[in-house]
Amino acid sequence: MAHSYTPGLKVTSLTTLRRERKLPLPGTVLVKEGDRVTAETIVARTELPGNVQSVNAANLLGVLPEDVAECLTKPVGAAVVKGEVFAESRSFFGLFRSKCHAPVKGTLESVSAVTGQVLLREPPIPVEVDAYVDGTVVEIHPGSGVTVETRGTFIQGIFGVGSEALGSLHLCVASPDEPLRESGIDETCRGKVVVGGSYVTTAVLRKAISAGAKAVVVGGFDDHDLRDLLGYDLGVAITGSEELGITLIVTEGFGSIPMADRTFELLKACEGRRVSVSGATQIRAGVLRPEIIAPRLDEARTGDGAGSAVEGGLKTGDLVRVIRQPYFGRLGRVTALPPELMPLETEAKVRVLEVDFGNGGRALLPRANVEMIES
Amino acid sequence: MSTIDPETLNSVLATDCGSTTTKAILIERRGSEYRLIVRGEAPTTVEAPFEDVTRGVLNAIMEVEELAGRKILDGERIITPQKGSEGVDLYISTSSAGGGLQMMVSGVVKSMTGESAQRAALGAGAIVMDVIASNDGRLPYEKIKRIRHLRPDMILLSGGVDGGTTSHVAEMAELLAAADPKARLGVGYELPVIYAGNKDAIDIVKERLGGKVALVITENLRPVLERENLGPARDKIHDLFMEHVMAHAPGYRKLMTWTPVPIMPTPGAVGLIIETIAREEGIQVIGVDIGGATTDVFSVFQGVFNRTVSANLGMSYSVSNVLAETGLPNILRWVPFEIEERDLRNRIKNKMIRPTTIPQSLEELIIEQAIAREALRLAFEQHKSLAVGLKGVQQERTISDTFEQTASGETLVRLDHLDLLVGSGGVLSHAPRRAQAALMMLDAFLPEHLTELAVDSIFMAPQLGVLSTVHPRAAKEVFEKDCLVRLGSSVAPVGVGRDGAPALRVSLELPGGRVEELSIPYGSMKLVPLALGQSAKATLRPEKGFDVGEGKGKERQVTLKGGVVGLIFDCRGRQPFRLPDDRAARIAKLHLWNEELGIYPARERSESPTPVLAGRA
Repeated sequence: MAHSYTPGLKVTSLTTLRRERKLPLPGTVLVKEGDRVTAETIVARTELPGNVQSVNAANLLGVLPEDVAECLTKPVGAAVVKGEVFAESRSFFGLFRSKCHAPVKGTLESVSAVTGQVLLREPPIPVEVDAYVDGTVVEIHPGSGVTVETRGTFIQGIFGVGSEALGSLHLCVASPDEPLRESGIDETCRGKVVVGGSYVTTAVLRKAISAGAKAVVVGGFDDHDLRDLLGYDLGVAITGSEELGITLIVTEGFGSIPMADRTFELLKACEGRRVSVSGATQIRAGVLRPEIIAPRLDEARTGDGAGSAVEGGLKTGDLVRVIRQPYFGRLGRVTALPPELMPLETEAKVRVLEVDFGNGGRALLPRANVEMIES
Repeated sequence: MSTIDPETLNSVLATDCGSTTTKAILIERRGSEYRLIVRGEAPTTVEAPFEDVTRGVLNAIMEVEELAGRKILDGERIITPQKGSEGVDLYISTSSAGGGLQMMVSGVVKSMTGESAQRAALGAGAIVMDVIASNDGRLPYEKIKRIRHLRPDMILLSGGVDGGTTSHVAEMAELLAAADPKARLGVGYELPVIYAGNKDAIDIVKERLGGKVALVITENLRPVLERENLGPARDKIHDLFMEHVMAHAPGYRKLMTWTPVPIMPTPGAVGLIIETIAREEGIQVIGVDIGGATTDVFSVFQGVFNRTVSANLGMSYSVSNVLAETGLPNILRWVPFEIEERDLRNRIKNKMIRPTTIPQSLEELIIEQAIAREALRLAFEQHKSLAVGLKGVQQERTISDTFEQTASGETLVRLDHLDLLVGSGGVLSHAPRRAQAALMMLDAFLPEHLTELAVDSIFMAPQLGVLSTVHPRAAKEVFEKDCLVRLGSSVAPVGVGRDGAPALRVSLELPGGRVEELSIPYGSMKLVPLALGQSAKATLRPEKGFDVGEGKGKERQVTLKGGVVGLIFDCRGRQPFRLPDDRAARIAKLHLWNEELGIYPARERSESPTPVLAGRA
């Protein structure tokens, strides 16, 4: 068959990574090319224009919209403090005065002669972008941000929620098939990226939040619990902006699924190290998967080849994981890649492969239902 | 295209880059007619590690090369024109990759221009993130915060009939200017804003927004209260979508250089084909294309073409949204066995995060088809409520209708007038048994009286749609001979009765002169095989209270067309169609209908669902 494309996640002990760190709108870059940065280093800064409050001055003053400008007691562009009068009108031979008070501190932005609205803009909101990972600035994007390069262990999850976080890695289970339990969460988790095994519930996550954990990395999670955690049913997998008090990274999928051995072993090897994590997931154009990065900047540049094995086609002997029922989550080795279409139980004829699950168990599976795992 | 001479075309390669799968077909001239030769497919490669849509295109073409035994690619270049047995004369493509178009719309009155703007955006294929209106109950600063927070791909600003309010339009423009919104796709370009409101406010809008956003002015989408004019706004949305959003999909710019014909969005291309069938056969048609991310519904009633795109209803990327929108009980009602809620939820989410997987066990297939029924039903509901006339132009609404905008489409989409229902998209086209596609469409659309059912056999309507812009005859020939699979006809009396009581009696005069008398009780279905190309004369005698098109209890003489499934007499009731509330009774009914139509193999739940290679332990 033509090039067999089998999606997979990157799980690699040492690789070079680049991350763009950009402002949402133009601003100032604070570092220069070649600078060594830590994850917390602020690399670019800007100011978001403040929020705008509108005041229906024509109504409050009892004048026509086109007359509002004449009633201003402060010019457009002037600063006002909260409660300050900025427009005034007089009626009935000057006996009655109507006033407009500033609802917020800010500046008078504009007056509309059509609607009679006066817009007040609150002070600008500073926005900063940090480096996210320990590394080196390798590229400057003038006015918008930088690219930071790092080297280290890199693990992609399949799904996540919550924003970027930083903390030292802390294993709370002894094996990849052990679920993360409430009893495993204590004060030692404060500020840490906590690694569980096969499963976590919302109750345990809540305990992790109250214990001050920064993130939880785990094999599986129930959709039922995701709804509890978010407060709504997630329709489309676009995440990363949730404010949950914790970042959750699921490495295998929904349900109780032991974390892949290799992922667990790599995480174990990183225990105690500083890691940068992000829960941002987007499974449509411009795919984004959640990630765990443990920088190892001092390692020699050799060894990069141990990167992901996902970029080739499937071949006999490859280690794969089944990603759909009825063998969901099981690992095995490809033992045959029959070229012809084969019927499934559903009667659909598809391209299949044969997988040996060990212990003598073999099965034919649609090629679409496996993903390659680095061996 | 003026540069393409249809008469010189001997071979055409056409691809459709869906959000999940990229499909390639090879069409060749054989003698005097054009026929489909082979079809290849490969996963769409917008995901890592490729992040380049052209990779999936090349993979699909390589499969075509293998299957057809002919060289089409020279490295990563398509050989054009054909030289001997190598290459093709023309390469064309459609695409729905690039993710959804996320829009914010704004109008003056939420239920009037706001809703018209929403219809325009939805009709153009957008996800409407929010409708901002003068009377939406939010304070100005709340609206500004919302606009700023949303970061849409595009904004449609409407409001005011021509000659009407300018101050409210100005207010909306001022809010927009104050929010200074940024495009979702980064700092690189200005946010496109389309103004389609009161023409008297154009200068005000230009003054407020000029220089701050990429402002495009078009005709008012609601020039007078009684009439919508959505076409120009939709066209502009489409232009800007291709220009700004699609062009950001990984690899899309490269793909555009491979073909001399503009790449057409998939829904647009499918729409073209549906419209052609309706026009040429003089019939009322509904077409549906259910994809991974979106479900598109097309209809032609009384010569009026309508299209809606339900941007977040689909079978892979959007599968979880089907659950979120319809709720678990609505999906479970189609599943004829017990399944734990927790398990089902996890399965659906796992499909969402690994969208290219396929059902392996029968149980999985049944669940997937249950979800498909709900996705189709919701998309059709949306179509009915948003259908507008004459390609979005000049649909008349009376003053009284304006108070019930959401029901306005129902007058156009008449299920009792529907002649042909065509299904397309993986879950329908690739259903292992054609009867499964027929039943999914019956359950989701609930056609009434007499309707012919068909599917796009291997899902090539998009490619044929774009081919029809270059070579209408080739497109039609392939469509008739290789694409459309006629499933048969359904007869569904409208009415409600007592379960098991007579609902319809039928005298069928089958080919060869055989006459069959049927009596179909309420709550049941009956399948009568009648091969493709054959037809049967039928006298339909509905019981009192049931209507097959001539009025309640009135007899009707019809000719029913056969197909690969046959004639389906559906006496499960219409207006309303209702599944039993009792769980056991519901499951029993589903089994009964499935068995009558031979929907699934006998074993529905698998103990050991996967075959093992012969000779291996």
